[in-house]
Amino acid sequence: MVIGAGGAGQRAAIAAAQAGCKVTVVCKSLLGKAHTVMAEGGIAAALANVAHLDSWEAHFADTMKGGKFINNWRMAEIHAKESPESVRELERWGALFDRTSDGLIHQRAFGAHTYPRLAHVGDRTGLEMIRSLQDRLVHTDLVEVFMEVTVSSLFALDGRVTGALAYRRSDGSLIVFRAKAILLATGGAGRIYRVTSNSWEGTGDGTALAYEAGADLRDCEMVQFHPTGMVWPAGVRGILVTESVRGEGGILRNKDGERFMENYDPDRMELSSRDIVARAINAEVLAGRGEPHGGVFLDISHKSPEFIKQRLPSMYEQFLKLAKVDITKEPMEVAPTIHYYMGGVNVEAETGASSLEGLYAAGEVAGGLHGANRLGGNSLSDLLVFGKRAGQAAANYAVSSGAVRPIPKRQIEAGIDELLGPLKRPSGASPYKLQAELQDICTKFAPIIRTGNGLKEGLDKVLELKEEVRECGAGGPVGRAYNPGWHTAQDLRNMVTNAEALLRSAIERTESRGAHARSDFPKLDPRLAAVSFMVRKSADGQMTVFPVESEPTPPNLTEVISQSFQKYTPEETE
Amino acid sequence: MASAGTVTMNVFRGTAQDNEMVSFRVPVREGTVVLDAILWIQANAASDLAVRWNCKAAKCGSCSAEINGFPRLMCKSPVADYGDTISVRPMKTFPIIRDLVTDVSWNYDVNKKIPPFTPSERDATDPKAWRMQQEDVDRSIEFRKCIECFLCQDVCHVLRDHDRKDAFYGPRFMIRIASLEMHPRDTLDRTALLKGDAGVGMCNVSKCCTEVCPEHIHITDNAIIPLKERMDDVYFDPVRALVRKVRSVRTRKE
Repeated sequence: MVIGAGGAGQRAAIAAAQAGCKVTVVCKSLLGKAHTVMAEGGIAAALANVAHLDSWEAHFADTMKGGKFINNWRMAEIHAKESPESVRELERWGALFDRTSDGLIHQRAFGAHTYPRLAHVGDRTGLEMIRSLQDRLVHTDLVEVFMEVTVSSLFALDGRVTGALAYRRSDGSLIVFRAKAILLATGGAGRIYRVTSNSWEGTGDGTALAYEAGADLRDCEMVQFHPTGMVWPAGVRGILVTESVRGEGGILRNKDGERFMENYDPDRMELSSRDIVARAINAEVLAGRGEPHGGVFLDISHKSPEFIKQRLPSMYEQFLKLAKVDITKEPMEVAPTIHYYMGGVNVEAETGASSLEGLYAAGEVAGGLHGANRLGGNSLSDLLVFGKRAGQAAANYAVSSGAVRPIPKRQIEAGIDELLGPLKRPSGASPYKLQAELQDICTKFAPIIRTGNGLKEGLDKVLELKEEVRECGAGGPVGRAYNPGWHTAQDLRNMVTNAEALLRSAIERTESRGAHARSDFPKLDPRLAAVSFMVRKSADGQMTVFPVESEPTPPNLTEVISQSFQKYTPEETE
Repeated sequence: MASAGTVTMNVFRGTAQDNEMVSFRVPVREGTVVLDAILWIQANAASDLAVRWNCKAAKCGSCSAEINGFPRLMCKSPVADYGDTISVRPMKTFPIIRDLVTDVSWNYDVNKKIPPFTPSERDATDPKAWRMQQEDVDRSIEFRKCIECFLCQDVCHVLRDHDRKDAFYGPRFMIRIASLEMHPRDTLDRTALLKGDAGVGMCNVSKCCTEVCPEHIHITDNAIIPLKERMDDVYFDPVRALVRKVRSVRTRKE
């Protein structure tokens, strides 16, 4: 059983079916609408089509440096080595990428990648990826897809996962799935913030389901602010402005016209890592150098209109339509927006296996690859590389694990009680109201620069809210047919769990590293360089956070990281 | 233009059998799109108002509806572009599930019937990178911009007014077939499908689909007409028919 049908879920389902398993794919939305579709920039892979100097070593080193070394090094190594083949495989499945002049897949420059590395098609690479996978998936035997079905809880017995409870959105009917292995590919939890590039689906279902079922989570404090989200008009605040704008030469300026990245990262400028650019924009705005709507300017208008329309077609359209701004002539207004969860289910690098037997995770819901900060483009390759691996591993496990286990009736009943609870509390609080409160708490107390006191206050508020959520209703009518109030009440439970994990982990990490910046601990603490904070549900039902020392990086890889890679000059190829 | 920062939204509520247009007064600010107004109603006035949406950035194609009678993406339709009153109804061509949500599963069934991308045996197993020129991939890339909002299906006369889902796959799947047929490495020939089940001949080239496409794909000019020509070439070209006839006569003589 695969939960989620974005890039990771689809790739995993294909792999599992090819390994001979009957696969059920369950997704909250229609097929092909998952968050992957919004990925714009490209797939990072050391194909070396544009920069011949590129290599897996350089990609690995960039990923580790970007993640401030708390990455699972083995995942980063596998990712760097297997990404190029995963892109070529997608091409053999029908994906069409933009080309170089000699007919190979073109690669564009992106933040903190030493070389131009992102295979792309215009600025809608995610759409190309999901359609190619979708076409493959629906023509793969042994796969059945359940669209607009939401999983509300996982079942486990004797330390092994046994199945899941779900409901159909259309009519509210319930389904109990029995499965030998379950693979989570549910994405992140960006919706716990008010300003986010995430769709309504990003409610952290997978992390919450895994946590409740007994699996460990890691690095939950690591939440990425994408430096450039739309700012104006207010109605569109948070919508993503692809990093490709900077990759194609876009320049960031403050209200005085100053190219301020010179003061923060003079070497890499706009193409510094996302954590640094996001904090730089934040600092400019706080210092009063922002534009009137609370952002800064991002300008690409020095390039020709033809170039912009070919390389950034959806950005051109997005600004023209939603903000009435012609980006070939005027600058864009941008500010950081919540974008990506680096943390997630703690998994084994090779297989995506979680700490709960039979439960696997791949993609954004899994933690480890990106460490404290993800590089742009590394998520799409993550989906392909680890979707495939986890799908294969889950299939192998399912084949060797014997018969499907029974699910005790009392577990199913308890799951149904929880699921239908909001419909039985007509006077309960509105889930929409509580969701907005949660978003305000996270936005206020776990912002781009955090403080210990703020985080603690935020945690107290989340714990109070958790009690209210337990008693919340559906906000109005209590029918089960396509009732978004009821659906929101389900999502909310998961969101609260994610917010609690985020705040508790952030309190423990008393340093500033990558996406986690604290004004009371503004420096990197070398003692925490090999430490990840794990989140686990203890026997008494409380959430516990504990540090785990990661396995030391082997000497050959340490050498790779310290290697100095020759700088890329565009003249090298084309 | 909406006055005093509010707008009246008339929203279709109910099922196919039992429904009504319900009026809501909704506050708007600069940049508010129709989807924002619908979500405001959901959060503040009608918690169970059913609407399908995802990205709110015109990239996923989920929030299709008929706004003042025009098929549009709600997330891409600023309230300011309309008058003081806006009506929102579900797409007409598909069965209503509830409120603004329709059952679009027919489209997914059609997609399954189209033979997928099929490279040559050699290409399929070639571990090396393929070489293709930009101008060769560009034709297919235009069609691959499709976000499957199904607005073209909604507005197509064959499907909407004549309900001939049995005879025509609809514009969405004409461009799907075109994207495969024009893929530089695809080896299949889908002309028989076009003439048969896909029913490209049903299209009367009114270009309504092209007009509503939020991705500005030239559905009629760049996909349907070339596909029609391809089919005509094979099945209805008089010169070819003559050549075929002459050849068969000659073969008989020999």
